[in-house]
Amino acid sequence: MRASLHLKGVKNADFDLQRVGHRLTRPTGTSLSFAVMMSCCLVESRLYTLAYDFAVDAQPLVSIDNVSFAYDRRVILKGVSLSIPRGRLVAIMGASGCGKTTLLRLIGAQIMPSQGEVRIDGAATHTLDQDGIFALRRRMGLLFQFGALFTDMSVFDNVAFQIREHTDLPESMVRDLVMLKLQAVGLRGAQDLMPGELSGGMARRVALARAIALDPVLMMYDEPFTGLDPLSLGVIGQLIRKLNDALGGSSIIVTHDVQESLQLVDYVYFVSDGRIVAQGTPDEIRASNDPWVHQFIWAQTDGPVPFHYPARPMRDVMLRSARRV
Amino acid sequence: MFEKLFSGLRSVLTFLGRGLIDRLWRLGFAARFFLALLLHSGTALRRPQLTLREVYFSGVLSLIIISVSGLFVGMVLGLQGYDTLQRYGSSEALGILVALSLVRELGPVVAGLLFASRAGSAITAEIGLMKATEQISAMEMMAVNPIARVMAPRFWGGVISMPLLAALFSALGVCGGWLVGVVLIGVDDGAFWGQMQATVDFRQDIVNGVIKSVVFGVAVSLIAVFEGFDAPPTAEGVSRATTRTVVTSSLAILALDFVLTAFMFRGI
Repeated sequence: MRASLHLKGVKNADFDLQRVGHRLTRPTGTSLSFAVMMSCCLVESRLYTLAYDFAVDAQPLVSIDNVSFAYDRRVILKGVSLSIPRGRLVAIMGASGCGKTTLLRLIGAQIMPSQGEVRIDGAATHTLDQDGIFALRRRMGLLFQFGALFTDMSVFDNVAFQIREHTDLPESMVRDLVMLKLQAVGLRGAQDLMPGELSGGMARRVALARAIALDPVLMMYDEPFTGLDPLSLGVIGQLIRKLNDALGGSSIIVTHDVQESLQLVDYVYFVSDGRIVAQGTPDEIRASNDPWVHQFIWAQTDGPVPFHYPARPMRDVMLRSARRV
Repeated sequence: MFEKLFSGLRSVLTFLGRGLIDRLWRLGFAARFFLALLLHSGTALRRPQLTLREVYFSGVLSLIIISVSGLFVGMVLGLQGYDTLQRYGSSEALGILVALSLVRELGPVVAGLLFASRAGSAITAEIGLMKATEQISAMEMMAVNPIARVMAPRFWGGVISMPLLAALFSALGVCGGWLVGVVLIGVDDGAFWGQMQATVDFRQDIVNGVIKSVVFGVAVSLIAVFEGFDAPPTAEGVSRATTRTVVTSSLAILALDFVLTAFMFRGI
């Protein structure tokens, strides 16, 4: 909205400048008119560039507007709205099975919303054909929960996969790029190993190197901290932060590791039962009195987030068994 | 009473109808998958190293089982054929019997069955496990079409390997027949090869055998790739898909063999 207003303002300014140019050309000669027109064009183009930059910066990279999603009859998301600004590291937190990974799959256009729309860089995913979706995905990276490395390829070939598939770079350049990515995750020495020879943490780091191979604008991490030892956890956390700052794009972490994530991210959304129940900066979240946030951060079993899957009361079940005896 | 009978009948009909509709739906899905496979075969053909790798896995690694089986089938044919032919005093025709049986029928059919169990099951298991470990999802998220990158090379690898394996099976079978008939039993060497050469027709017998093996190659590879693609991403799902590949491929080979034989050799 702000961006479009700004663009409007710029167009009016251009119009005024052109009018000034016209007025000036009449009394003076051709050379002066040419110079004024040129300067007008230059100013115009510069203003357009500025306006475009501003518009692009102001528009969030990902915006999810009133999205609902259901697998057959099982409703997973109910009217979720959120936005991921450019250059920010945003966490989506919530208990297991609350719809976090489904949100990532929606952003990655692997599934389409049953209602509402997901916009990536202004493009609504459900309106794109497969080529459009693939073009979008070339600018995204997704770190899968268990790495999802190609088991028939070495670490080097895994990281080189995207570069070889999407570019015509000579092999020497592919090699240099892969080495840089592997150096970033500290696994340059493991380039010849096969995925089966890696530990869980190492596999996750290789998968991270593979995901950032083409310097994506949007990085998504699906439970990046699950099952990691404290050392690997710290390293991966720092890597995620550094990569976000270095690539200048946006990142989304889907996680239920509260303390690690709050130290890293710029903004947090809490999801429960398919809805956004709380949001804020890490400081706001820590200071929050919201019962959802409080229960989650302090890992309390009692609270608004149900621990048990919906079932009949235990008393009924026990009485029924007793009656059978 | 009638109500109970009626509802029982209705549930049986519902069960049968649902089963039929599910199967028809799956057949339609497989047909659409086949079209998508053909449409996305450009990558597999443009980058021959991808397909060659699959020829190695499906074809070269099946060489031992195909060679040994071919040799033994030929040897058994030699024994059985000699036993029958010598009763009519025409044991010299052993070469014809062995060669025609192998080139027309046993070569493509038995090689196809072995190919389905050895390579088809491996393809299904590999693709199914790739799906279960999210490798296929990862590929899609990297904007690489798994049908073009994973399925099509495996399909074409199977289609190329199958006729070569069937040819090898037949060739080694003939050698096995010669070994038993000529070397062990003592049928005349010249008659064995001479009669075979005079009777086996290139167009009628050999080309028809090759056509059969190509058709079986397409059928087995398609079933194997499709079952892997459609497998539920769990241990049980992959195991069921692998079993289905072997069973469906074997039945498809036998049914197609009958149809092809009926068309090819009806005038003889």
